[in-house]
Amino acid sequence: MQRNQFIKVSLLVISLFALAACSSTSETDDSDTGSQASSSGSGSGSSASSSAGSSSGQLTQQEIRAQNALRQTVFYFDFDVAEFKPQDRDTLTFHARDLAANSGKRVRLEGHADERGTREYNLALGERRANGILNYFIVNGASRSQIEVVSYGEERPSQSGSTEQAYSRNRRVEVVAR
Amino acid sequence: MIPCKPIIGGCKSCVSGRSLLLSCLFSLFAVSVQAELSIQITQGIDNPIPIAVVPFDWEGSGVLSEDIGQIVINDLEQVGEFRTLSRTNMLSMPSEEREVFYRDWRILAQDYLLVGKINRSQGSQLVQVQYELFDINRELKLAGEVLTGSVAQLRDIGHEISNVVFEQVTGVRGAFTSQILYIVSDQLDADTFNFRLEKADYDGARSQTLLETRQPIMSPSWSPDGQDVAYVSFETTLPRIYIQNISTGLRRQITNYPNINSSPVWSPDGSKLAMVLSKDGSPDIYVQDLISNQLMRITDHPAIDTEPSWSADGNSIVFMSDRTGQPQIYQIPIGASSFNVERLTYDCFQCMKAKFLPDGVNLVHVRRETRQNPNYQIAIFNIDTLRVITLTDTSLDESPSVAPNGSMIMYATKFNGRGVLDAVSIDGRVKFRLPSSQGDVREPAWSPFLN
Repeated sequence: MQRNQFIKVSLLVISLFALAACSSTSETDDSDTGSQASSSGSGSGSSASSSAGSSSGQLTQQEIRAQNALRQTVFYFDFDVAEFKPQDRDTLTFHARDLAANSGKRVRLEGHADERGTREYNLALGERRANGILNYFIVNGASRSQIEVVSYGEERPSQSGSTEQAYSRNRRVEVVAR
Repeated sequence: MIPCKPIIGGCKSCVSGRSLLLSCLFSLFAVSVQAELSIQITQGIDNPIPIAVVPFDWEGSGVLSEDIGQIVINDLEQVGEFRTLSRTNMLSMPSEEREVFYRDWRILAQDYLLVGKINRSQGSQLVQVQYELFDINRELKLAGEVLTGSVAQLRDIGHEISNVVFEQVTGVRGAFTSQILYIVSDQLDADTFNFRLEKADYDGARSQTLLETRQPIMSPSWSPDGQDVAYVSFETTLPRIYIQNISTGLRRQITNYPNINSSPVWSPDGSKLAMVLSKDGSPDIYVQDLISNQLMRITDHPAIDTEPSWSADGNSIVFMSDRTGQPQIYQIPIGASSFNVERLTYDCFQCMKAKFLPDGVNLVHVRRETRQNPNYQIAIFNIDTLRVITLTDTSLDESPSVAPNGSMIMYATKFNGRGVLDAVSIDGRVKFRLPSSQGDVREPAWSPFLN
């Protein structure tokens, strides 16, 4: 039951983050799409928690949450920021636990940057972002040998164009199963 | 540039089949090339030097594949210092000294006159190009010689004549026979890109693909003798450094360290390669000896250190680091301890990708002035006077590369949503652009003197 409490509290926290992200209008250039991604993630989570009544279905709900979390494989970053967004923490925790529980699984963390700034710096920034998630995975039980990190810098944009919208889609780390 | 057919017509009567085939191949190649990059002059200077370039007289049969006079005209106008006289305004069309009447050119307010003629060598496939340069005001012949080459070398001969004219008039060695490397990226579908490493004349003509892969290629860099290129290729899906011989195409992988291997730059003597490796946790500057393969660590800092460039004497390396939070430019003597790092820039939000001009005082770099101003521009920073001159006025400028004579800087920018190469003179007065017909063009690397 304590565990259930924890999940509810953490979901509340996530929803608050999502709300905060949605309600803020200033500096949205960086956080818009990120908050969309996270709110959809936490949205599925909260629907799961609202129906989590019977104790027999609890494990299943937990599994559904894990599956939903594992389905999110792209994580977006703010401009010039290497730390993943707080609202992605729980989803990344599921990824890490999944690796910890399945020692045969291998993933590749592909770091990317937007086109602003020089190419070599962006290559380094992409690696810094991917390393942030790598370290989080290891802290949460994944083995270093399960994870390969590569940065593509700004060389493989997800969305072309020189707009804030494109930039926010391109500052990302992709978790790719190998 | 004239397409394939005329050159065949021109060659039929006088050249063997093998040469004809070669010329034709070259011509086809040249035509496909022209579609890719061609020069536009976007900004010139106020008082250019007037020069008349008379169409070179072709004394052979048929039509030549190249118009040498026009090549020289294009060269001289591109660098902005010259204004050439329209052919329709000429009062006479001399092709050698005895046909030159200075008065004709003084009336037209010309300072200089270039004339020439082209002959087929007797019993040979080669052509001879004779040119003469005159100072109209002093009524003096400044230069003149006969250059011999194949039809395929007519462009080279034209650029060589431009070098002579430029040096005679300005006192600065011409860089018209230099070449450029650059990267082209084409997005084929949502997830698929095609990347090419290309080499071309400085003006974008005669491009040639050195490497083509579906994985990114980055950071092309010339060896000081112009024979080899170093670059980063992701062809193994990981960034690794390769060296490729330009004429033979032979290549070898130089690095296979964990994590980032990037930013290869040759030392001035060609014996070492500076590079960026993050094998020890974060990107740091290293120098690899190309003969002994010995690796020397130059910087040691948990922040990002990248974009190394050598000082002209090869004794120190300029690099970018975000150790204070944002990218700034630093310098470190080779072999010095990390305590000897000197910070060079302070007054910009981000200063990146720096390279000293040959004078060792002026630093070309990419600059973002303030956090509020989102523009990245090419600028020159004088480390003695602390004076900054911003050379460009577009917003996403990067990868500056200096011509071997120090007169111009080529860089990558965006135009109509696509990557293009622009060039600006070192004083900011002259600009020209090499627009691309397709794909994103980026990361120009201007060659050393090749002749």
